[in-house]
Amino acid sequence: MTSHPGLRLAAESVVLILATFAATALLFALFVAAAGAPPTGVFYDIYLGAFGSWFSWQNTLTRAAPFMLAALCTALPARLGLLVIGNEGALVIGGVAAAAAGISLNGVAPLAVQVGMFVAAAVAGGLWIAGALALRHYRGVNETISTLLLNYLAIALLLWLVGGPLHDPASLNKPSTPSIGSANMLGDMPGMSVHWGLAYGVIACALLFVLFRYTTFGFAARIIGGNVRAAQLNGLAVARITLIVGFLAGAAAGVAGMVEVAAVHGRANESLVAGYGYVGILVAFLARQNLAMIVPVAILLGGIEASGGLLQRHFELPDATTTVLQGTLFMLLLASESLRGRIFPIRVQEAN
Amino acid sequence: MKDHRTSISRRRLLQAAGGLGGLGLVGGLVPTAVWAADTLSIGFIYVGPKDDFGYNQAHAEGAAAIAAMDGTKIYEQEGVPETLEVQKVMESMINFDRTQMLFPTSFGYYDPHIKKIAPKYPDVKFLHAGGLYEEGDPENASSYFGYIDEAQYVAGTVAGHMTQTKKLGFVAAKPIPQVLRNINAYTLAARKVDPEITTQVIFTGDWAMPVKEAEATNSLVNQGVDVITCHVDSPKVVSQTAAERGAYVTGYHVDQSPLAPQQYLTGAEWNWGEIYPRFVKWQKAGKDWPHLYRGGLKDGFVKTSDYGPAVTDAARKAGDEAIAYFMSGEGVIYKGELKDNRGNVVIPAGQEREQTDIQLEKMDYLVEGVIGSTSA
Amino acid sequence: MEGAADLGWWGVPLALLAGAVRASTPFLFVSLGECLTEKSGRINLGLEGTLVMGAMIAYGISFLTGSPWLGVAGAAGVGLVMGALHGVICGLPRVNHIAVGIALMIFGVGLAFFLGKPLIQPSAPQLPGLALGAWSDSRAVRAALNVNALFIIGVILTFVMAWMFRSTRIGLAIRTVGDSRDAARAVGLDVKRIRLLTTAVGGAFAGVGGSFLSLYYPGSWNEGLSSGQGLMAVALVIFARWDPIKCLYASLLFGGAGALGPALQGVGISTGYYLFNATPYLLTLIVMIAASSRDRALAGAPGDLSINSSS
Repeated sequence: MTSHPGLRLAAESVVLILATFAATALLFALFVAAAGAPPTGVFYDIYLGAFGSWFSWQNTLTRAAPFMLAALCTALPARLGLLVIGNEGALVIGGVAAAAAGISLNGVAPLAVQVGMFVAAAVAGGLWIAGALALRHYRGVNETISTLLLNYLAIALLLWLVGGPLHDPASLNKPSTPSIGSANMLGDMPGMSVHWGLAYGVIACALLFVLFRYTTFGFAARIIGGNVRAAQLNGLAVARITLIVGFLAGAAAGVAGMVEVAAVHGRANESLVAGYGYVGILVAFLARQNLAMIVPVAILLGGIEASGGLLQRHFELPDATTTVLQGTLFMLLLASESLRGRIFPIRVQEAN
Repeated sequence: MKDHRTSISRRRLLQAAGGLGGLGLVGGLVPTAVWAADTLSIGFIYVGPKDDFGYNQAHAEGAAAIAAMDGTKIYEQEGVPETLEVQKVMESMINFDRTQMLFPTSFGYYDPHIKKIAPKYPDVKFLHAGGLYEEGDPENASSYFGYIDEAQYVAGTVAGHMTQTKKLGFVAAKPIPQVLRNINAYTLAARKVDPEITTQVIFTGDWAMPVKEAEATNSLVNQGVDVITCHVDSPKVVSQTAAERGAYVTGYHVDQSPLAPQQYLTGAEWNWGEIYPRFVKWQKAGKDWPHLYRGGLKDGFVKTSDYGPAVTDAARKAGDEAIAYFMSGEGVIYKGELKDNRGNVVIPAGQEREQTDIQLEKMDYLVEGVIGSTSA
Repeated sequence: MEGAADLGWWGVPLALLAGAVRASTPFLFVSLGECLTEKSGRINLGLEGTLVMGAMIAYGISFLTGSPWLGVAGAAGVGLVMGALHGVICGLPRVNHIAVGIALMIFGVGLAFFLGKPLIQPSAPQLPGLALGAWSDSRAVRAALNVNALFIIGVILTFVMAWMFRSTRIGLAIRTVGDSRDAARAVGLDVKRIRLLTTAVGGAFAGVGGSFLSLYYPGSWNEGLSSGQGLMAVALVIFARWDPIKCLYASLLFGGAGALGPALQGVGISTGYYLFNATPYLLTLIVMIAASSRDRALAGAPGDLSINSSS
């Protein structure tokens, strides 16, 4: 065994993750076998559908893009020790705001429209979550429950807006906002059929990683996350930092909504409510709220989702199969936290 | 099941090189299905479960009819939302299963999803349910649809004969043209039987809201309604709840008589089992088909359920006459003078709107005799 | 029969009452279960998964055996197991309770959809209703008073639970564990075991709530059956301030709110149903804001409940 505590901790993380994956794979194999499908064939199809060809990679990366942005909505407040699950609501609000901006800016140069949609989505999503964290900070309203409720309110607001004030009379059979115009769409990145949302996701994760790792702001956030009282005693602007973190978190999810509008649908409608926000929570926890880990974890989950169709078509497994796999992985990973510090036992003082 | 597994292992051998090579980054696409050259691979995509007693089941019955033909192999995927997901599912079916025809069956799959993917795969035929094709859309895409309001007209005729309270009930998802056409046709037919009949409509707000559908059905029965029909994705809850409360049921999408054996009168059904094999025959014969392919009872796009045991002879006779009216090719549902339920004339006297009339696809009114409002 | 038609506007409050009684039962069971769990200082966000599993299992058992009550028992059993699973994982050190709840929700919903695939089509025997309104000539009155036994059981359980918390040793033990684990340990209570039991029993309640959805109202198994009743239970318990009797009132209110839209359309008012649908959530948020304050834990909350601390 290594003697350096940092290395030991890192080694332990790797062992825990691998053990969790192995246990999940074993349980899942038993599960699909019980359902009458051959586990080796199922695993091969998961590999094939997720990473087995260039098409599969593009499929996986496209799905991973919104997961990255949505995951930030949980992972950033987690730096402060807060648990936000309002990802879906912030995404929806961001999408609506982007569509509204796109429509009202119609006629301007496409780049300006895109910037306008980006800003509108980030501000709307940002205020949405910052509001919840303001309630938390100033009135002690639990942020987990309030953001859960905000999800429902956001969806109701979306349905009302696309059926009423923002309704496009031409969208007869699926109530939607008017189109933002095909010239203003984001399109795919060069050389692949993956939209620009992926770049947004990777860049956002990288920038925020740097912000939280290497700046005074990030250091202050860590202190608040460690102990709010101590942070206040040290004269840190807890309120300001909390609100900024909430804004950044909501902005990330809001931009995910903007990508849905500007790269996929071209308008806002009920298809914005696709559950990406809830997968984002899962991604954040699987990444252990580590901003650098969000990208690979999102790609992994994107891969699992990309392969779901093959399991249905080739083994007649239900569409919920991948949900079972995700749920099992999530639970085992959380349970594995309790083994932390026990695999390569070290003294507590040393570890800290 | 058996042939699935052998095909998998065969495929695995074939793909060992291509798929695994270079972590898949450089691995090209290897044919995944090894079928005889004349076997046609066809993909079906559903938005919900394919045995839902409703919309998806109607399409799955069409898929089953194709599967029963010689030289076809079908691939089905259900629970696919109208997001990027459906784009990727279509591409995945083309890439992995070599499907040459795709039936993405949900209405919202067309724009933007099929319109975006179809140009990338010019050799694959995309057949969409909904009748949305417009000039300038991809060459290899087409959209078909049935005038199911004709079948609803027949059901409304039967309902008009069977109601005692002169009140019919309609549980609907959203006030969109397709739904309004059904409500209006149903009401017009019933009021032709007896002008005192009214149809109370309740919108639930979405395509699958079981609790709200049950609540709406109960609310209708409480208001004195004694015949109920619906336009939601799965009529199962409405049919069962209505039958339990002692109301008659007319069905939608597929035959719901097993759910309400005594109370079921008739129903408006899709007939995709008749239509889908036509496309396959044309494809095999190398023939083209129109980008917009539509029809009603006469053309076999829609049908009505067999009459239930409660239907009286008079109602049966009137229903058969209504069917004959459309089978003759002369049937017209919407004729002037037609007023909406706010008193405005929507079709002036002397005018007729035949089924192909584009104006009908923009319907935004409820006809006189419908209690309800189209505003969200 | 004509009487029903003549009710007109009076039909709206009656429909609300009827809707409240019909639609409140799942809310009631899930919120009672969550209330029990939270009183012991633990939060289970996974009851949505338990509810959906309960609905699926109940429907399956009723279909296979022909006995809906056996289905209810099966739902309680599967709820107990899923609650215990939550309890065991949360009993491990350094595990985030809320995250475990979300994981259990994903797992439960996924498993229910997976196993429930073959149950979408068949019709299972349903729980009977009690015709308490047989005396009336009015359809609407009879329908409103056609009550399911599970609702009555739920109401009885509400008062039993309230009495238990107030006047029994078990209730005192649960409250002590919930308010301060140190105080509980000091008087010799086994904190882990009590929390495991309350979480397991809470899960069983949620399972029964699910069985009501599939076996009575709306009385069918499909993947859209739950519209988030299980997830809402957590908010509902806060709305009810951890008081079982208020859970009953809140459940009736939430159930009635769901009936408002269709009832109003029944008399010709049909605008804004999306906003109607959102009222329960908005109300809960307002209550939470009103009941919270910066320096104090949420008023009425168990002191050791994890939603009061920042993790």
